[in-house]
Amino acid sequence: MLDKALTATDVISTLRDGMTLGIGGWGPRRKPMALVREMLRSPLKDLTLVAYGGPDVGMLCAAGKVKKLIYGFVSLDVIPVEPWFRRAREAGAFEARELDEGLLQWGLRAAGMRVPFLPTPVGLASDVMTMNPEFRTVRSPYADGTELLAMPALTLDVALIHVDRADRLGNVQTLGPDPYFDEQFARAAQRCYASCEQLLERLDLTHSGDARCNIVERSCITGVVAAAFGAHPTSNPPAYGWDLEHLKAYTALAAEADGWERYTQQYLAGSEANYLARAGGAARLAALPVPVF
Amino acid sequence: MSADFSLAELLIVAAAEAWRGNGEVLASGIGIVPRLGASLAKLTHSPQLMLTDAEAFLVEEPVPLGPRGNYRPGFSGYMPFARVFDCVWSGRRHAMISPIQIDRFGQTNLSAVGDRVKPKVQMLGMRGLPGNSISHANSMFVPNHGPRVFVPGEVDVVGGVGYNPRRWPPGAPARHIDLRLIVTDLCVMDFGGREHAIRVRSLHPGVVLADVQSATGFALEVPVELPTTAAPTREQLDIIRRLDPHELRAGVIKGNPPGRGARAGARPS
Repeated sequence: MLDKALTATDVISTLRDGMTLGIGGWGPRRKPMALVREMLRSPLKDLTLVAYGGPDVGMLCAAGKVKKLIYGFVSLDVIPVEPWFRRAREAGAFEARELDEGLLQWGLRAAGMRVPFLPTPVGLASDVMTMNPEFRTVRSPYADGTELLAMPALTLDVALIHVDRADRLGNVQTLGPDPYFDEQFARAAQRCYASCEQLLERLDLTHSGDARCNIVERSCITGVVAAAFGAHPTSNPPAYGWDLEHLKAYTALAAEADGWERYTQQYLAGSEANYLARAGGAARLAALPVPVF
Repeated sequence: MSADFSLAELLIVAAAEAWRGNGEVLASGIGIVPRLGASLAKLTHSPQLMLTDAEAFLVEEPVPLGPRGNYRPGFSGYMPFARVFDCVWSGRRHAMISPIQIDRFGQTNLSAVGDRVKPKVQMLGMRGLPGNSISHANSMFVPNHGPRVFVPGEVDVVGGVGYNPRRWPPGAPARHIDLRLIVTDLCVMDFGGREHAIRVRSLHPGVVLADVQSATGFALEVPVELPTTAAPTREQLDIIRRLDPHELRAGVIKGNPPGRGARAGARPS
């Protein structure tokens, strides 16, 4: 029988400098942060990232690992502009490919469908066209003759997502209200790795009733990694909310010359178990309230 | 109808007008005043509107802002982000957001100030502006009407597209561009001028036209009759206060001024 269980170190050791990586989640919501932290502990560099960005993007920017960023926004929600992303962007530290949010998923869908592009009017007449100088338009071959953007496929080498439950076969379930675009990230990628709060033997035997929470079929999942609180400091509702105290401290450090070094020493040195202890321990993290809007 | 009201409350009522008679569209008010405006519209003149809980579900009763004690919203439908995009592209939505810059063409910017390659100030990014603006009706809320928001020339980064003919390639589908209202702390404007030029529609109590023009980086059109923005009714105020029990609206305009024009002439240009 299949056994796709891996460690975070296993996953990150398969990545190479210069790869194009997609990261699931949305802003400060259900980001595969345990896998991102493992990337931060590695020497990986020159990455192209595709994301609805949150602290995943901010931290990888802070660590100088991003060569090119394809994004619709990078935000911590209650802290509207991700501070480390802002700092890197204002320093011109990476190539910025800014997209409309809907265009980003459109490019992922094209990749998942194995077509070179998908047409849409979105982006025309906006600076999406100037910030992505390689974009081209196509004319509808039908009677309407409409000019449309040919949104190129955003094919990913690897996608990283975080889910509530996974089993060794690679079946995954997310229990939160919104699946975001993790399915499209998984389909757009050659390989997709899912970290999970809970790794089980067989979801069909233990959580059959939640099969509708299976956001993408297991043929799209290459490996699964057990990572309790693996989305921290982002939210993973209904289990836990984002850690606003942590995010505020992280944001304040972006104003300091040695801020990233300090964040690294305080939180990233050592193992993921060390991280969770320093972030306040399981009891505190499990009690982080889900935000109310 | 002699109740005291704040400027923020006047703006919420003015914002609600954007959705009047829109029919069965998703009313997306992003931010405190737009959200309360959409909620007020649904509860008064436009009950067909669809609203979300500001997360992933549709509701038929607007959800009050902030912590809500024992109140549990009832969900009538599902609207995760993926479905929002489908709804956006179908055109059945009317959004109101607060751009950081707006130009005379109605082009809007949430991305950055300064150079596009190495911006002086990086803001949120494009977010959904290109798709929203080309797909469905859009309105804007500006809590600080000034020349840094209403910029001369073009916005630094065009996210939301507008009525700028130079930006449209031949054959491109500009037909869905539908810019509606701009509600600011000084006035209400629309795109009803010549070739969709921005036009003042009403002035808030105590504001004179010169205040508005001097706070705007381009020439505004002015109709012959320029009414005063309607004051909230008792019923509207009651609804607003019920939907915003923590008074988040008090923090929208600096100093939370009254709505009856106490600020006349107080505005720095």
